[in-house]
Amino acid sequence: MKNCLNRFVPEGFASFNGSNDYKNHISEYKKIPEKKKTSSYKTLGSIGEIFDYFNITNGSTLSFHHHLRNGDAVLNLVCVEIKKRDLKDIHLAASSLFPNNDLALHDLIVNQNITKITTNYLNGKTAELIGKGKLKEMLVMETHGGRARSIETGELKIDLAIIATPCVDKDGNGTGKEGKNACGVLGYAIPDLHYAKNVVLVSDTIKEKIENPELSNEYVDGLLIIDSIGDKNGIVSGTTNITKDPVGLKIARDATKLLKELGVIKNGFTMQTGAGGTSLAVASYIKKEMIENNIIGNFASGGITGYYVDMLRNGLFEKLYDVQCFDLLAVESSLVDKNHIFMDASMYGNPYYNNPIVNGLDLVVLGATEIDLDYNVNVTTDSFGKIIGGSGGHSDTANGAKITMITTQLIKSRIPIIKEKVTTISTPGEDVDILVTERGICINPKRQDLLQKLENSKLNIMKIEDLLKLSYEITTKPANIERSNEVIGVVKYRDGTIIDSIYKLKE
Amino acid sequence: MLFIPGNNPSMLQNSDVFESDSIIIDLEDAVNVMEKDSARNLVRCYLDNLKEKKAELVIRINGLDTTYYNDDLNQIICDKVDAIMLPKAHVADLKKLDEILTDLENQRKITKKIKIIPIVELAESLLEVEKIVFQNRVDGVLLGAEDFSSDLEVVRTKGGEEIFYARSRIAVSCAAAKIDAIDTPFTDTKDNIGLAKDCEKAISLGMKSKSCIHPNQIEVVNEMFSPSQKTIDWAKRILQAKIDADKKGLGAFSVDGKMVDKPVIERAQKIIKKAEKYHIL
Repeated sequence: MKNCLNRFVPEGFASFNGSNDYKNHISEYKKIPEKKKTSSYKTLGSIGEIFDYFNITNGSTLSFHHHLRNGDAVLNLVCVEIKKRDLKDIHLAASSLFPNNDLALHDLIVNQNITKITTNYLNGKTAELIGKGKLKEMLVMETHGGRARSIETGELKIDLAIIATPCVDKDGNGTGKEGKNACGVLGYAIPDLHYAKNVVLVSDTIKEKIENPELSNEYVDGLLIIDSIGDKNGIVSGTTNITKDPVGLKIARDATKLLKELGVIKNGFTMQTGAGGTSLAVASYIKKEMIENNIIGNFASGGITGYYVDMLRNGLFEKLYDVQCFDLLAVESSLVDKNHIFMDASMYGNPYYNNPIVNGLDLVVLGATEIDLDYNVNVTTDSFGKIIGGSGGHSDTANGAKITMITTQLIKSRIPIIKEKVTTISTPGEDVDILVTERGICINPKRQDLLQKLENSKLNIMKIEDLLKLSYEITTKPANIERSNEVIGVVKYRDGTIIDSIYKLKE
Repeated sequence: MLFIPGNNPSMLQNSDVFESDSIIIDLEDAVNVMEKDSARNLVRCYLDNLKEKKAELVIRINGLDTTYYNDDLNQIICDKVDAIMLPKAHVADLKKLDEILTDLENQRKITKKIKIIPIVELAESLLEVEKIVFQNRVDGVLLGAEDFSSDLEVVRTKGGEEIFYARSRIAVSCAAAKIDAIDTPFTDTKDNIGLAKDCEKAISLGMKSKSCIHPNQIEVVNEMFSPSQKTIDWAKRILQAKIDADKKGLGAFSVDGKMVDKPVIERAQKIIKKAEKYHIL
């Protein structure tokens, strides 16, 4: 079956039918009941005891969050236990997977202990292994908001949510903001907490009482204290600093000039950027603009970096909505600043949540691995089809924001970023409004309102077809890359439909 | 004016995406002696494939005191080159270069006249700068402060006191010849606040533009050397008041409570001309 973007949809999955089709199904949206706990939590002594107590057997679905990012140790410890018990057909439902998990996952995938993975983002060796077709069942890639939706509806059924929790209290409450490995807000863990069949918190710090815990003991069935849940320094991914690359800065400058001409940067405006260097450079130029013109924004949202904390502290935004902290300054701020507001994954981007934060965004600035003539964006695979990431919040924010801007270099490693058709669609072109590159700016023709405002602009605004032609003049047209026909995974749009498939890499 | 090393393909490819008014492709100091040939080949290929020029194109060749300059000129002279930048320039060198360029232009049927931008980076060059500025083809003079300080055996500082005299003498000479005095690059590429201060000093002494050794310096240099919106607005008011005064047959008039005379009008005209040049009107 092909979906409306002419992409293959494997049997058994629903077909993507437009980014706003979910609005036709709001009345059909049914959540499963939140879990009900009948007794106090059980104190457990080891990962093995968790498996025994919650009866983890072949075919169980285990979920994890990724707030400790490359510093997480809990998923790895659980993998050791799976291997020890030689459990089979485990479904791993981690909100994201990082290279830090590669070693632990490799043998489990190859030996079919883990046969199914549902996640929002993965890269590194695990992604390579899956790309080679080593995962027995289909890889399911969701969005951050989409994952919340699929857990709430029971589409993704979790037997046990194993939540790495930087600090717990004696009543069984938990928080990510305190403890020796504090990693900040735990927004992506909340759907798991509320809807998994069983929930266990794994921590390395216990205190008497946590004030306002984001993980309420009402949902917690078990508690395990271990020596270390990982390394909080691993949350800093290296992409949280403003780029120094002159091309990236040029893109950011032009993006800001464009936003200025469009009148986006004004009192009360709202924005989100990715944590990449160029996105943060856009934020830095917007900041300059705000200071020069005494502009105060309503909120900034998303994964929060110290850069946004600094803007909050300097009164440039009234508040921050934070689903995940990207550095330790953001962690500190999430604990002490009442205007640094916690949001869970559903409140952030679930299309069926009543007015999620993404719907309040005036502007989102995002990256792209590829973008095509229909403005479809790929952030899931590279041009060879190799898995290198995933949507995360890309599609959620692109759909919700009034203006979605993609900033990217026109050519990366001698490969043009604009394609006639992207290798994999992560975010549909109907949700993408502007492309800013170092050699030209393109406006999606469906946004005639923006084009009209820019009629007299001196910026280098051109048709995307012309920018593609220009990139071919520099690199020549790249050869077509053949791919196999074997589908190894699906890209789920935020409403649960399949926007594209992922194919096995050619040997 | 942005320096781009002549041996770096990716930097050459991206050289035209920045907002510099000129691109100076360097075959001299940025290129190791072992790479002179390959750099020339690369620059030649770049010129051959260059379809649309977005900025003035200048090539810094090796000095006439080296064995490389002839090969440099033979390889790169074509109608896409706007100017040759000559290191350690003397009057005698400029005369010789003028002759070589004339020959090459004739041989290659190049209709335009390629300009020369001499670099004053020796004490003896500074002493003849008044003659240098009036040599054939000379269109601007660049101060090379690093070599100049070395020649003087003084420490090069961020404050730039050691180049006060050189800047002043070059600026006055260029003004007399009605060509651009181009300031030396600021070498700390991570200190844009220092760069802005350095620009301020250069401007106060009469330098009209500045060379950059990193694209991230361009934004600051453009901001500092371009007339501000406030200045442009002032110049427009002056010129409008002049038109109004002429209509009324008034010889003297005032703007913002200040009398406007001929030098003020000329300054306003220069500001508008500069704003037009930088496309910021």
